[in-house]
Amino acid sequence: MSLLSQLPVLPVVLPLVAAPLTILMPNGRAPWAWATLIAWITFGICLTLLIEVAANGVISYELGDWAPPVGIEYRIDLANAIVLALVSGIAAVVFPFAFESIKKEIDGRQLSNFYCALLVCFTGLLGVTITGDAFNVFVFLEISSLSTYAMIALGARADRRALTAAFNYLVMGTIGATFFVIGIGLLYQATGTLNIADLAERLSGQDNRMVQAGFAFILVGVGLKVAMFPMHLWLPDAYTYAPSAVSAFIAATATKVAVYVLVRFSYTVFGLDFAFMQQAFTFVLLPLGVIGMFAASIVAVFQEDVKRMLAYSSVGQIGYILLGLALGTQLGLSAALVHVVNHGLMKGALFMAVACVVYRLGSHQGGAFEGLARRMPFTAGAFIVAGLSLIGVPLTVGFISKWYLLNAAFEAGHAWAAFLIVASSFVAVIYVGRIVELMLLRPVPTEGPYAGEIKEAPLSMIVPLWILVAANIYFGLRIEFTGGLASKAAEVLTFGSGGAL
Amino acid sequence: MISPGLAIPLSLAVPVVGFVAIWLLGKAPNLREAATILTGIILLGLTITVFLAVGEGQSPGYVLLNVFPDLPIAFRAEPLGAMFAVIASGLWLVNSVYSIGYMRGHNEPNQTRFYMSFAIAIASAMGVAYSANLFTLFIFYEVLTLSTFPLVTHKGDANARRGGRIYLGVLMGTSIGLLLPAVAWVYALTGTTDFELGGILARHVDETGPLVGVLLGLFAFGIGKAALMPAHPWLPNAMVAPTPVSAFLHAVAVVKAGVFSVLKVVIYIFGIDLLQVSGAAEPYMWIAGGSILLASAIAMHKDNLKARLAYSTVSQLSYVTLGAMLATQMGIMGGAMQIAMHALGKMTLFMCAGAIYVAAHKTLVSELRGLGRVMPFTFGAFFLGAMSIIGLPPMGGSWPKFFLMLGAADAGQLAMIVALMISSVLNVIYLLSIPIQAFYMSPDTDETGRAQGGNGALVQWGNLKEAPLLCVLPPVVTALGALALFFFANPLYDYLAPLMGGAG
Repeated sequence: MSLLSQLPVLPVVLPLVAAPLTILMPNGRAPWAWATLIAWITFGICLTLLIEVAANGVISYELGDWAPPVGIEYRIDLANAIVLALVSGIAAVVFPFAFESIKKEIDGRQLSNFYCALLVCFTGLLGVTITGDAFNVFVFLEISSLSTYAMIALGARADRRALTAAFNYLVMGTIGATFFVIGIGLLYQATGTLNIADLAERLSGQDNRMVQAGFAFILVGVGLKVAMFPMHLWLPDAYTYAPSAVSAFIAATATKVAVYVLVRFSYTVFGLDFAFMQQAFTFVLLPLGVIGMFAASIVAVFQEDVKRMLAYSSVGQIGYILLGLALGTQLGLSAALVHVVNHGLMKGALFMAVACVVYRLGSHQGGAFEGLARRMPFTAGAFIVAGLSLIGVPLTVGFISKWYLLNAAFEAGHAWAAFLIVASSFVAVIYVGRIVELMLLRPVPTEGPYAGEIKEAPLSMIVPLWILVAANIYFGLRIEFTGGLASKAAEVLTFGSGGAL
Repeated sequence: MISPGLAIPLSLAVPVVGFVAIWLLGKAPNLREAATILTGIILLGLTITVFLAVGEGQSPGYVLLNVFPDLPIAFRAEPLGAMFAVIASGLWLVNSVYSIGYMRGHNEPNQTRFYMSFAIAIASAMGVAYSANLFTLFIFYEVLTLSTFPLVTHKGDANARRGGRIYLGVLMGTSIGLLLPAVAWVYALTGTTDFELGGILARHVDETGPLVGVLLGLFAFGIGKAALMPAHPWLPNAMVAPTPVSAFLHAVAVVKAGVFSVLKVVIYIFGIDLLQVSGAAEPYMWIAGGSILLASAIAMHKDNLKARLAYSTVSQLSYVTLGAMLATQMGIMGGAMQIAMHALGKMTLFMCAGAIYVAAHKTLVSELRGLGRVMPFTFGAFFLGAMSIIGLPPMGGSWPKFFLMLGAADAGQLAMIVALMISSVLNVIYLLSIPIQAFYMSPDTDETGRAQGGNGALVQWGNLKEAPLLCVLPPVVTALGALALFFFANPLYDYLAPLMGGAG
């Protein structure tokens, strides 16, 4: 039994075991260094898995050698291998970044607890993605959510509203998880299995009220986790008041993992030939995606708080993903998957840039950004590039996403959807443009809370930030790893679900 | 001698190198400007190399990178692009010389940023000029918009912010909202976005269906840089920029990239044949004609010199769009020539406006009476430039009008001939009146002899008080260039003739 054959279980086991160890460490550099090391190793493992899956196809791992469907199976195909790489990649960049930012924003006595929660959250997100067992999805979803509630609440040192934000998220997240587990229960009742591949097999051809109810419960439950409009109400507060590094991490990963769950359940478990599916796509996901794209983006325009603006923008961007998903075509699905990765990259970079501003100026209000290009040129530059990516300017990942989406919309015969997509990106021009204008064209404030000599953020923040920004450009020029793999993943998923053949 | 195939990527790379050099030399203004000028000279040499190669019938190309499997960022020179590249790089060189005089004469802040933005803007203009497919064109079109934003908002005050907002809002709004879906739609229909003589759409769409018209509309308005009404408000608003920016961007790079793209799309994506068969272009022809007259009419009412020139530009740009939408061989020829001729003429006018501002601090047309006697070279150049814009012989600007009228006659659109004639008359009134007032009317009495500003750089000689030499020489050069092009129109016609090959 070589180590290599155990590779698929390591992304979960490694951070899970590492997490409690951080509590034993003294508050200081140690827990952070430990968490960073684990994130890097995990990233390496996830990349190896991605390369392996891309070359040789699906990897199946039987936990404790119990054969599925009785035992728990970890099953990695291209779709989740991509998400694994995204989550661990973001962690590998955000964790080193977090040290200075977290030290400043939370109570120093809680540092080791914080990194424990961060690693647990990391475990949960990877677990949701990697597992091939429906109930396991629920378990890991709760693991990641519970630790996220705790981390958001830690933002209370800077702003007490973090407590209500965490509480709201706790209530909403738990409702979502409950709905999800009820849905799983109904499916179990209908089929007698929890293994995803097995579920897919036994559900094919079944179309009764119990399965439909199970589907509806799962859709609503996951919808809450995805922050699908209008179930997004927990998200703006949570992202705004969480410690900045946490915002960067969960904005780039948590909703993406939830989207992955949605993809897995709609395309693999139920499949496109499930009659209810097409209706859900046409009458639920598509309209909600489109409304979210506009409603949330327009709300974002009017936010004074930059983190809150980015949070609403996230809800809008999830609208794009849902739209791509709901087209129900291979191109649409690959567009959605591409945007999952790309949006993770750009939102991560944007929240990290805001974290740098918070680090120096102690605020994420628009006023703190005035004249920033002169005070903190690297931070401002990163924000501008990532912002352009969010708008979808060519040579950035945002453009790749947009191109895939437009292409998918035209190919599916929904020319109107293409125009809605571009109209909503114009709204993004407005809200990003506002901040860019503040940074570039306003003088440095000479009085008020933001006056005074301000230095650039420390290197340990700037370097990770720019690594992510560079990724925004690199993957805007080279799409083999994003678009290429996502297309193949979409091919496998739609083929498996009896769609395009 | 560098091979033309290599000259194409180099003409993008050289300004980028220049950009870095300008940045590094920011502390030493003389060296910094030397870097700009040197970059300009090398770039002009490169574009001329490509221009000559295309003239010999070659079509040098270069694939930069494959972003999507079948959508490369690729370049291929053809006559229209090669001509545009030479004009843009040549006038950039002239404009750089002029900028030095203007920016220093005016003690503008942030000059390093100014020249850096210029370098990126010219690199992206080269990218637009040489683009081998719509995808590449779109990419560089967007880069051009973004790189010119710092130029437009250079002054950084409330006015500049407002102008910049409208500039970016209209240009990004149209390009993301209309042009991008149009490009994606063409790709979805044909599986390619390559420019091919005769067009690529004809084989893939219902020739008489509404789709051709819809797509053409997306392009016509989506290319906001062509300033076809009502997508024009960015242009007058961008006049808050320093004059060299207005001169270069709004007489050459940005606006010409716009009308160039329109021509390119009509010739290489739709094909003249398809437009003739489908009649899809006719509504846009009327809009272009209306745009010509309406903008001229607005220009008549503008007392601010730069605002008047801006609306004149809106009007003149629609000449090119009109030429494209006539969908006849002569229309295309007229449009293509208009790109070259208008660039020289309008460049001259803007640079003169800047020279007047530097020397006399005047911005209103009504203040210019009698100033011609003090600034004869500036107003002489202005006179020639205005003649060329109007289309009076012996200026180069008369040829495009001639071909456009021929094109309109071929298409049987007599109304367009009338529109062109009325526009010329309006042009005479609002442009030619300026130098005439300056030369023949006596200055307001209280203005005579008053020392204007304390600018030591001004050239004073007897009664003359011209702007610094570097501000006066460039417009004189471009005005003479416009004059020379009248006599060299035939070689240009032959050069551009392959563009008309697609039509039967």
